[in-house]
Amino acid sequence: MLLSQFLVLAAALFAFGVYGLLVRRNIVLILLSVELMLNAVNINLIAFESVLATPEAIGHVFAIFVITVAAAEVGIGLAIVLMIFRNRKSANVDDLNLMRW
Amino acid sequence: MTFIDWVSAPVNWVFAILGAVVLFSGFRVVTSRNIIHAALYLVGALAGTAALFLMLSAEFVAWVLVLVYIGAVIVLFLFGIMITRAPTGLDEGLSSDQRVLPALLASGVFVMMSWASIDAFGTQLVGSVGEPVPTEIIGDSLFGRFVIPFEVVSFVLLAALIGGITLARRDLSPAEEEERSAV
Repeated sequence: MLLSQFLVLAAALFAFGVYGLLVRRNIVLILLSVELMLNAVNINLIAFESVLATPEAIGHVFAIFVITVAAAEVGIGLAIVLMIFRNRKSANVDDLNLMRW
Repeated sequence: MTFIDWVSAPVNWVFAILGAVVLFSGFRVVTSRNIIHAALYLVGALAGTAALFLMLSAEFVAWVLVLVYIGAVIVLFLFGIMITRAPTGLDEGLSSDQRVLPALLASGVFVMMSWASIDAFGTQLVGSVGEPVPTEIIGDSLFGRFVIPFEVVSFVLLAALIGGITLARRDLSPAEEEERSAV
């Protein structure tokens, strides 16, 4: 197994996440795209750890940190989405123009 | 390493299958016109990633991914979809009409990143599939060298918990407030 095959797969997943982030209009789907990008980062971390084989498994520890922060982000993100939906009756980012110049 | 060498290793077939699953699911997450399907395709992408982690001898992280993402985060997402009463059938309005520029940008990101990785690590081999990294090492590392980041992350989780409750709580109107304090 080459290292670069994992890196290219992660790059493709990250690119899908970028595309979804820019194209999607629903806030929940934008959060899903962010999860895809974080997942690509995790693949990179684990692949590099598998090559370097650090004695303290640093890559694994950082992947766990990324997963934890992603979980926290989803919790807060969905609470904000809920709040916006309650106030604006919509989960569409095109309707949120309060902070546009 | 030639292409023939690459194909003749069975472990690469497994990688190819898993990679195809991950890429297809990831593609459908960002293109599906049904919001529930998008969330469920993310399960496919995450499960494929967990299997890749198992291939890379990261057993603990793979099961953490399954538990936290597939077990908790996806459920949270489905709750979010249900609560915001998003149209659960086919919906053309989920994606913006301007897709060319984002697609160009995303392909640019992909080409740049993969070119950089192939240029830097072209023939670097990953350790073959074998013994999983013992969880003991990860635990020692978390509570040894990385104990401060660990505490910081736990604080982040606590803040997210409190913040989530505070944000999602429905504020009472003054009349309801009075009614409640009277009881």
